[in-house]
Amino acid sequence: MSQKFDIQQLAELVRLNLKPDERAKLSRDLEKILAYVEQLQTLETDQVQPTSHVLQIENVFRKDIVKPSKVRESVLKYAPKRSNQFFKVPKVIEET
Amino acid sequence: MELFRLTIKQAQEVVRKTPKQAGELLQALTKRIGQVDSKLKAYVRFNPNHIQLPKRSDQNAPLLGIPISVKDNMVTQDWETTCGSKILKGFVPPYDATVIKKLKEAGATIFGKCNMDEFAFGSSCETSCFGPTRNPWNVDCVPGGSSGGSAAAVASDTAIAALGSDTGGSIRQPASFCGVVGLKPTYGRVSRYGLVAFGSSLDQIGPITKTVEDAAILLNVIAGHDECDSTSADIPVPDYTSFLGKNVKGLKIGLPKEYFAEGLNPQVERKVKEAITVLRDLGAGCVEVSLPYMKYAVAVYYVVAVAEASSNLGRFDGVQYGLRAENSNLRDMYFETRNQGFGAEAKRRILLGTFVLSAGYYDAYYLKGLKVRTLIKQDFDRVFEKVDLILGPTSPTPAFKVGELTSDPLAMYLSDIYTISANLAGIPAMSIPCGFSRDGVTPPLPIGLQLMAKPFEEGTIFRAASAYEQATKWYEQKPKL
Repeated sequence: MSQKFDIQQLAELVRLNLKPDERAKLSRDLEKILAYVEQLQTLETDQVQPTSHVLQIENVFRKDIVKPSKVRESVLKYAPKRSNQFFKVPKVIEET
Repeated sequence: MELFRLTIKQAQEVVRKTPKQAGELLQALTKRIGQVDSKLKAYVRFNPNHIQLPKRSDQNAPLLGIPISVKDNMVTQDWETTCGSKILKGFVPPYDATVIKKLKEAGATIFGKCNMDEFAFGSSCETSCFGPTRNPWNVDCVPGGSSGGSAAAVASDTAIAALGSDTGGSIRQPASFCGVVGLKPTYGRVSRYGLVAFGSSLDQIGPITKTVEDAAILLNVIAGHDECDSTSADIPVPDYTSFLGKNVKGLKIGLPKEYFAEGLNPQVERKVKEAITVLRDLGAGCVEVSLPYMKYAVAVYYVVAVAEASSNLGRFDGVQYGLRAENSNLRDMYFETRNQGFGAEAKRRILLGTFVLSAGYYDAYYLKGLKVRTLIKQDFDRVFEKVDLILGPTSPTPAFKVGELTSDPLAMYLSDIYTISANLAGIPAMSIPCGFSRDGVTPPLPIGLQLMAKPFEEGTIFRAASAYEQATKWYEQKPKL
């Protein structure tokens, strides 16, 4: 079976900095799993509706009421890096 | 009897009679962990200091003073929750999952966090960043997965009972491998709020217990609608213990021929067939049925579940919680954090899931998977017009050896062949012990029997499981540790 995916491009999409040996191994695993999944193509499903969810749920609404939430400090307490009440990340805007 | 051996039912009676026994029960379990868990590693952390002794005012709380252990993918306020993943190291949740809240309101002590496959990706409890959990019946074998820690804890009497989660068999298969009871409720029966998401249309939390009765007691506590989970069903919760101790006369049980086909271990087949004879003798009617699309369940699952997983795992980027690989560049921080934080199986599923959802492949894989999911669901709908329950083995084999399947992901996936379809169809399913596999050399390994019912008909499962359990009493046998 010819390879359908470019592992490097896929890794870019999912934000994984795969090492070269990981790329080779994961590529082989994915090929094998996709070859197994291929059996679904033998089924005729033109007239079949897809099931993305088993319960017949319509949109679930609730009243839009403001409620107090005191979680900010407990959320930030264990953040990898914080600055006052913010999560701190590396600079994303270049200086001009 | 030693206190750590108690069931929930027995512990309820002990604590109600003598409230100070609640503290002694916790001490007995703590001591038991010290004696046996270094061999098994069922726990990633436990909490002997948070003893919630019964107060007179909560005398009616159903789990008063009873310690319950939980799989480490249910968030616990101010108590680290890691999902067996390095990427969640140091994550201390600011809230309790709804099931945790309900357990606490029922008077339970959240006793310990049990080991699991990373993000529940696995069938052997070997993909955890904490290392594998071992099977209490034979430490050379896996406990099953992904809720392997919960099942091993219950089987080794280091937990009175536990909660697990099941996306493709993760409660039932480890229950089967460890010789305990495990129930995956109907999708929507139990709130998923605070359960770290894997496959959101498949995930469900359920009890792992020593007896069928305990599973009913625990399901009574955790089931019900929750406004924090819009996919939890707003359907009344019956008293599941009211289905216990009833006879099975007139109950119609379907035996799918596809569950007794090639690939089934002969000892598993023999024990499951003996169980059918027991249920027949108790008055149930058994007929052969067919689920022709079941053979596609694993293929559908490894499209649908991985697609949902790849989406759910997008949130782990090192910004707000858990691991961060420091870098001066934000983009590199994301890439390096995720590469260091996720294990091999998580990476496999993230890549695969993103591939099946990607432009050009969506129709051929993901949409196709959803359509075949409909065919699998229709199989069940059709069979349940004629029968009340479906019965078969939980897993094609008893527990396999540690390391036996780790190099072959596909072979590992196929060990869930009998359990996955219940998640795809959203129906409830239970594994209960039905005997042991013996080779005369290594210690005997438990075998599990699976019972499946129509959506929200957990009661019918309890009725049959309770009758079978009372007739056989496999739960009286304990591993030698």
